[in-house]
Amino acid sequence: MKIVIVGAGPAGLAAARSAAEGVARSGADVTLIDGNHSTGGQIWRGGGAPEIETGVATLLNTRVASPDLLTFDKLILATGARELFLPFPGWTLPGVFGAGGLQALVKEGLDVRNKRVVVAGTGPLLLAVAHYLKTHGADIRLIAEQAPWSKLIRFGAALPSRKWLEALRLWNPCFSPSTWVTEAQGTTHVKSVSAGGKKIPCDYLAIGYGLVPNTELPQLMKVDPCALDEYQRTSNPAIFCAGEVTGIGGVDLSIVEGSIAGYAAAGDVEKARAFFVQRDRWKRFGTALAEAFALRPELAQLARPDTFVCRCEDVTYQELVAKASWREAKIHSRCGMGPCQGRVCGPAVEFLFGWKPDSVRPPLFPTPSGSFSMIGNEPQ
Amino acid sequence: MPEITIDGRRVTVREQTSVAAAILQAGVSSFRRSVTGEPRAALCGMGICYECRVTIDGEPHALSCQTLCVDGMVVETT
Repeated sequence: MKIVIVGAGPAGLAAARSAAEGVARSGADVTLIDGNHSTGGQIWRGGGAPEIETGVATLLNTRVASPDLLTFDKLILATGARELFLPFPGWTLPGVFGAGGLQALVKEGLDVRNKRVVVAGTGPLLLAVAHYLKTHGADIRLIAEQAPWSKLIRFGAALPSRKWLEALRLWNPCFSPSTWVTEAQGTTHVKSVSAGGKKIPCDYLAIGYGLVPNTELPQLMKVDPCALDEYQRTSNPAIFCAGEVTGIGGVDLSIVEGSIAGYAAAGDVEKARAFFVQRDRWKRFGTALAEAFALRPELAQLARPDTFVCRCEDVTYQELVAKASWREAKIHSRCGMGPCQGRVCGPAVEFLFGWKPDSVRPPLFPTPSGSFSMIGNEPQ
Repeated sequence: MPEITIDGRRVTVREQTSVAAAILQAGVSSFRRSVTGEPRAALCGMGICYECRVTIDGEPHALSCQTLCVDGMVVETT
């Protein structure tokens, strides 16, 4: 039996571990595929990921642009999530990064010592990123959290004590609820941002409005990552989904879901069942997360007529605002048709205009034409 | 430690440094020009947004945030 896992973040790694354990007796093989140069996903980028089990083959620097070349008996999709970006004047300036984006760059060699940084957006990631940057020498000027204190307090009250201790450890006096960035100023690089009625000089802005599940591959394979049975199995009994792709719930939920999917794919349902209670607990955390950090409607009003919404094709807000749908916008403006294939502007226009995402087509990533010649000629 | 060339300038970086981090570290703020000519730089840092595209060893549109620096690498921004 061949078990293939796409995505080597917390869920994919947990799935690989439990699948390898589950199939150890039967001699089946487990393959873990990831587009990054290392395992660990985004949260363990630059270190911290658990070791790969023996008996798991890893295929890194490999993006699944189309499922045509995947051969498997069981497939576990653990494609994770990306950051949500919302357009505002100046957001295309160099020096404006995702919150997780700037952290990733620092993990991979960027020196932020004495750089003035504003961290903004929403969610627990903001405090974690600010703490990480501060320990690497950054001068944090503001942490702008769009959610109000009232929601944050309600969220805090529902947290397990371990999460409380974590929040205390990450606490920063620059934290400001009900605050959001309305503009970034600069000509060739960000020089300052406006937030909470003040203009704050800075070298970098790290801004992220939460996470968006990477559902493109499951969609292409005609399975719904949100409609799963108790074993994380989709409507196709050979395909499982685990981790943030099934809905945002954090690293603990991802690990539990990955463990369940791995054992279940290997046929060890008893071991899978042992994680059900934990999964229920972390799912409640995910629900609380979504309620506390729901985006305020004011954030849909930040873009000006000339603000780019689609960064690949430089499509402005005014070109989109009168359109009826994502399809119409694409046909008339090329919004979402550049190299990122709508991964950045798609979730943004859903929030701004309520447009639902369009169909997904292969290849899922810009792919060199030479890669297509392999289809049908793959080694056996 | 790998030594790479960014826009004709030689820079030495630590092991496991991404090309995107090396470009920023070298003080270059524009990685590429957008279709209307705006300067753009890395945004997502995780291979999703394609804003960090540069030419690496002659190959255009390479994702600098997903590529680690290797000794002798030649990087060109626009």
